[in-house]
Amino acid sequence: MTPGLINPNPKVHEIQDRKLRVEKASAVDEFSVDVFDAAEIFDHLRDIQDPEHPYSLEQLNVISPDAINVDDANSHILIKFTPTVMHCSMATLIGLCLRVKLMRSLPPRFKVDIMVSPGSHASEASVNKQLNDKERVAAALENPHLVDMVDKCLNVSEEGW
Amino acid sequence: WVQEGGPESHWVCKSILEGSHSRTVRACDWSPDGDTLATASFDATTAIWDRNGPDFECVASLEGHENEVKSVAWSPSGSFLATCSRDRSVWVWEAQSGHEYECVAVLQEHTQDVKMVKWHPTRDLIVSASYDNTIKVWAEEEGGDDWRCIQTLGDAGSGHTSTVWAISFSGLGDQMVSASDDLTLMVWDTSTDPTRSAGEKAGTWRHRCTITGYHTRTIFSVDWSMPNGLIASGSADDYIRIFAEDGVSAIAGEANPFSMLLRQQAHTTDVNCVRWHPKDPRLLASAGDDGVVKIWRLEGELPATSMRMG
Repeated sequence: MTPGLINPNPKVHEIQDRKLRVEKASAVDEFSVDVFDAAEIFDHLRDIQDPEHPYSLEQLNVISPDAINVDDANSHILIKFTPTVMHCSMATLIGLCLRVKLMRSLPPRFKVDIMVSPGSHASEASVNKQLNDKERVAAALENPHLVDMVDKCLNVSEEGW
Repeated sequence: WVQEGGPESHWVCKSILEGSHSRTVRACDWSPDGDTLATASFDATTAIWDRNGPDFECVASLEGHENEVKSVAWSPSGSFLATCSRDRSVWVWEAQSGHEYECVAVLQEHTQDVKMVKWHPTRDLIVSASYDNTIKVWAEEEGGDDWRCIQTLGDAGSGHTSTVWAISFSGLGDQMVSASDDLTLMVWDTSTDPTRSAGEKAGTWRHRCTITGYHTRTIFSVDWSMPNGLIASGSADDYIRIFAEDGVSAIAGEANPFSMLLRQQAHTTDVNCVRWHPKDPRLLASAGDDGVVKIWRLEGELPATSMRMG
């Protein structure tokens, strides 16, 4: 492991108001279908903790609602995240955390593509390829050490509520 | 699984093979005589199962790969096995008497995970598909014990532009199709013998055409049917598709001789694998992330015009 932190002084941003979401149509009409939108996906992801700092991905501006595209009709979600430094070796772990959180939160019909924002990482193409190779993701999730690290990042979000 | 009774009857699970693998079983392959099954696992081993009456017994566990084994394939004669792994290598194993398997070659030229291995149906050639976007062809050196890479399909930007997930040969072995994350299928002319540089039928394999514009997400699986000559593909867009050659011979760069006969949403999740029945031209199996294997029957005149669940 590398000694010291990859990004020792990350910039911490204000988090958005946690406004109460507008009541869903389903609360009024039980036969209507809830449609997933970017705000809801962001809610699932905002409290994931950064692997090396006691801050959330939202606080570090790694994810934001406007970098999440949701096409509910076609069951497709595209997330672009921005690592805090160009050479962030944690980028694949952060991407894995995003993927695992959505796998655990969303119905299986959704196809999720996870990428780093264009120009935000030195090895952009290879990080993107690895994050979207489902065999590599499946194998990673059989690695207890990796799953521990992912769970650590995700657990905070459960307690945060 | 065995199909019992007539053609309209159900498939019944006859045996569950347990006790050998400690992680995901990624792939399996029947020996040519149908009496032995090889299974490749993320636990870095390949298990060999012998049929013993109605039961199967694990008679060998092949160890050597550093990590996940992703594919296993018997040679047409049944005397060799090939395996491949995330460790970027392809291993060749020779079957010896008494359930012994000896590693005769470790092939390390891929620069990334190797996703699938396959043997040419009539020649002792191994083909491997990789995360490094290439397909490599391997042959035993003349008179030697060593295997070497004799051709790389797709280097210098001439082939797939992303991970190659699967490969399959036509029944005669004169053509091969590959499936990729780049959303295309590529058909290769494999009628020549790439181990020879002179004489009749000598020469390297060539790209013949690209089937593009149909798949909307990664193509994980492709299978060329022996009995009906059709190509089936399985994709992360949940669909299976069937392609036929129209008989129009294509000149490189001109009209594609393959067209899609039909497509069918097969699962509500990614389709990971499609396989034609080795003899029945109408039966096709598909496997999805939903944990379901479906058996499909082609209806009407072949080439197929419609498809329904068998």
